[in-house]
Amino acid sequence: MKRNPILRIVAKFLIPLIILFALYVQFHGDFGPGGGFQAGVIFSAALILYALVFGLEAAEKIIPPHILRLLASAGVVLYASVGVVSLFLGANYLDYSVLGSTQIKGQHLGILLVELGVGMTVTAVMLIIFFAFAGRGRP
Amino acid sequence: MIDLIINIILLTFLAITAIAIIRTTNLFATIMLFGIFSLLSATLFVVMDALDVAFTEAAVGAGISTILMLTTLALTKNHNEKRSHAHRPWLPLAVVTITGMALVYGTLDIPGFGDPAAPANTHVAQYYINNALPETGVPNIVTAVLASYRGFDTLGEVAVIFTAGVAVLLLLGGKPSSPNSNPRTNKKREEDET
Repeated sequence: MKRNPILRIVAKFLIPLIILFALYVQFHGDFGPGGGFQAGVIFSAALILYALVFGLEAAEKIIPPHILRLLASAGVVLYASVGVVSLFLGANYLDYSVLGSTQIKGQHLGILLVELGVGMTVTAVMLIIFFAFAGRGRP
Repeated sequence: MIDLIINIILLTFLAITAIAIIRTTNLFATIMLFGIFSLLSATLFVVMDALDVAFTEAAVGAGISTILMLTTLALTKNHNEKRSHAHRPWLPLAVVTITGMALVYGTLDIPGFGDPAAPANTHVAQYYINNALPETGVPNIVTAVLASYRGFDTLGEVAVIFTAGVAVLLLLGGKPSSPNSNPRTNKKREEDET
């Protein structure tokens, strides 16, 4: 597929838009449909499209596998540590109300961080699974 | 009324796709039909105003899982088994018919769609609808429930996804095995050395 100009140009045009849409879904999840899960899948779809058109090696240069493993773990750690912080601030585990000056601000910050953690883990795990499957086909 | 017509059309397409999935023997076509099935389900969720679920179904069901099945198909070199017509389909047909009738009988007790008196809508749903915006300041109730009220569950879901990634890495993550690095012979060699 590397020599097909139509695919290359359409992919180059689409990938930034897909990533932009993923970021919109990630950070606009409070107001519209979406959230970390969907955004993570859409973000990984952009990189999978890149891998399909430009080759697996090129995609692995953008996000090396060890970064992906770090990202997947970091998402879970970020989520869990938000809960630990709220524990230390004197509330229940994952009660975000104490994170900000008011309850609403705390909830906003908590939900933002938690969704970010979800998005990081989902993006990384989807790409890990895709690279693991697609990488088996290499000679 | 227009919802009903759209639902009937979509459900007809779903049934046609399901029958086509059963009938095709070409694995590539089956995977593509799976994707179409997911996309039709996502459209049905949109008609039912479940936008977050539709989003997930379209992205995961029609997108990522289709890609993953295609990469798996590329690995398994497209083995198309010729189906043998020797077996008698009567017992499976009876099982499927009876199960289907039991399921249809079960739907008779299901409350109507969006019924405010349904048990699912009278328990905590009322609390979320009344208090999600003043308590969390998040207009999308689904996000408020998912990330805040049920944050513990979502942490579990993230852990499940992480575990899936770890499991795939453990099974497939290493370099593809070359003939002289077969794990079994390696193990044997280690035993010999010790």
